[in-house]
Amino acid sequence: MAQVKNRLRPFFENITFDREDNELVLNFGPQHPSSHGQLRLMLHLQQEQIVKAHPDIGYLHRGMEKMAENMIYNEFMPTTDRMDYIASSSNNYGFALAVERLIGVEVPRRAKVIRMMLLEINRLMSHLFWLATTALDIGAMTVFLFAFREREYLMDIIEGYCGARLTHAAIRIGGVPLDIQDTFISQLKTFLDKLPQNIKDYEDLLDSNRIWLMRMEEVGVISTEMALSWGCTGPMLRASGVAWDIRKEEPYELYDEVEFNVPFSDKGDNFARYRLYMEEMRESAKILYQTIDMYAKCVKDAETELMAHAPKYISAPKLDIMTQNYSLMQHFVLVTQGMRPPVGEVYVPTESPKGELGFYINSQGGPYPYRLKLRAPSFWHTGILTDLLPGHYIPDVVSIIGTTNIVFGEVDR
Amino acid sequence: MRAYTPKDDVQAKAYYTDRYYVAPQVPKSEVETDEVFAADLAAIKARFEVKEAYIQVEQMVIFINPHDIYGVLELMRDELAYTQLSEMSAIDWLAKDNTFEIFYQMLSMTKRKRIRVKFFINNGEAVDSVEKLFRSADWSEREMFDMFGIEANNHPFMKRILMPYDWQGHPLLKSYPLEGDEFAAWYEVDKIYGKEAREAIGPEIRDTARVDRYDSERFARLGFEVPKGTKITGDEPRNSQEYQEEGGVFLIKKYTKEASTIVDDPQR
Repeated sequence: MAQVKNRLRPFFENITFDREDNELVLNFGPQHPSSHGQLRLMLHLQQEQIVKAHPDIGYLHRGMEKMAENMIYNEFMPTTDRMDYIASSSNNYGFALAVERLIGVEVPRRAKVIRMMLLEINRLMSHLFWLATTALDIGAMTVFLFAFREREYLMDIIEGYCGARLTHAAIRIGGVPLDIQDTFISQLKTFLDKLPQNIKDYEDLLDSNRIWLMRMEEVGVISTEMALSWGCTGPMLRASGVAWDIRKEEPYELYDEVEFNVPFSDKGDNFARYRLYMEEMRESAKILYQTIDMYAKCVKDAETELMAHAPKYISAPKLDIMTQNYSLMQHFVLVTQGMRPPVGEVYVPTESPKGELGFYINSQGGPYPYRLKLRAPSFWHTGILTDLLPGHYIPDVVSIIGTTNIVFGEVDR
Repeated sequence: MRAYTPKDDVQAKAYYTDRYYVAPQVPKSEVETDEVFAADLAAIKARFEVKEAYIQVEQMVIFINPHDIYGVLELMRDELAYTQLSEMSAIDWLAKDNTFEIFYQMLSMTKRKRIRVKFFINNGEAVDSVEKLFRSADWSEREMFDMFGIEANNHPFMKRILMPYDWQGHPLLKSYPLEGDEFAAWYEVDKIYGKEAREAIGPEIRDTARVDRYDSERFARLGFEVPKGTKITGDEPRNSQEYQEEGGVFLIKKYTKEASTIVDDPQR
């Protein structure tokens, strides 16, 4: 390496020259718009090429694991919203499922169908958001507006269901709090009927777009070994040649009853991940069509239960609470003191839009979890930047961060 | 007399405990009930000491010796097809017997099985890093160090990851209070103005979100706010805040419910 002295040390904001060679350190973020939240990257550059990348996280650390140790189980549910806030129902669901496995309750079928609907709507919302923001980072403003328009529609549906657009808290331990509203199915159908055309619109804008292809093809290639070693899951892993989808391999809810494919690619580059997100949206739509039929069957069979019956852990329906003394007493105890799950531990993985979202809960029989570990996929999808970015150029950083689909509520927790 | 609170566990405690309550257990089953797990366990047992093994909630849990961890994970990765380390972290048992419990959550995608490898270390001991086997352990071990102060031997970059580099204390220890300790409370003030400024700034200004619930001058006087120090007489004028100009401003019309339309088709 030629030792060229920086005789003139120009002052640039955000750039420091702290070595007597050509390497300069660029601080990318934490307030950079395309760093998708509070990511700070320290990039060591040779000209425009990155030789070393050092992701720095923790700017959004709120100590959720600590909070969980000081909250009763139901109290923690709204906190999980703030993890992956792009698809908050999937966090709610991951936590609810973990606690359900711990206490060993089975959720009624109708609740399962509603949960699946919410999960897939959340997946669509998340993927649309991913497409919008990534396309915006690369410069495709039209796709951003299109995708946000569709996402808005989904958010309206969710708002009709639970009253919230971003932090849903739409799932309870043991089921769902409410039945879906009357307009839910018709609105969803309207959306789903239009979705294939919408996806085609995005693809028409992007698939043969030269700028898009330059930023996507052969950029950010993750090999299978690297993806496995770094604990990549979800689309990040499937784009690298491993067709691993927890919905398919370790089915929860009614995912073993619905028909869907697990798209995967062995290219491992940005473009493969982009294609995967598009395909996954189509698969989600397929699942949603099937859940609509399943819901109709639930209505026909008069399966009205929405919460599991487990009086030790879960409050009785409102009607019982208001009419029966014993239910009221139980409800009072469960609200003021919280449920006390059995002594034991559980690790439950679910397929969130970003990857494997796992909840490890260690219960010592008290109303507070003794230890709760949140396994958020984005954490490792950020870590992989350490090994992925060296060799790439500065403009590629933006597209690589984009396709990793990291959300900092989840990375920092 | 002030109630005694143990200093080694300052987390929330159950308000009501029944001293005769026997907590139920999450059922455990023998490893032999599952063929795949039994074969895996036999392969591990052939080379390493396994102290305890059982299946709980469809996953096998094994307890090993702390110094075997690298070997066990290497065996699991290379010969038993557990190719991914999903998660690893620690559990604080310092209040009970001065130990940490470390767990490694392993996943085999070909077998569709998950194993949790666990061991105990004493307070102050370090674990062997498995970063050479699984790069994901790089960040997990840093997080564990940050949160519990457990160091990993042979780790390439054993630094804090979530908390600031100059933080004191390890937040997930049971001895660390939820609202933070004194260092946490004064972190910004100490850093920006220096320790000697603590007294001049005082706790009220330090926390801008602080609400004194006994402050009747500024708290809960919506629409009738008065400056601090004002004598409350009860006939304060209403200082109403208008969020919309009367008659609208340029390009913006005033919202009226009657004039609004409901859009049925969002893709109009």
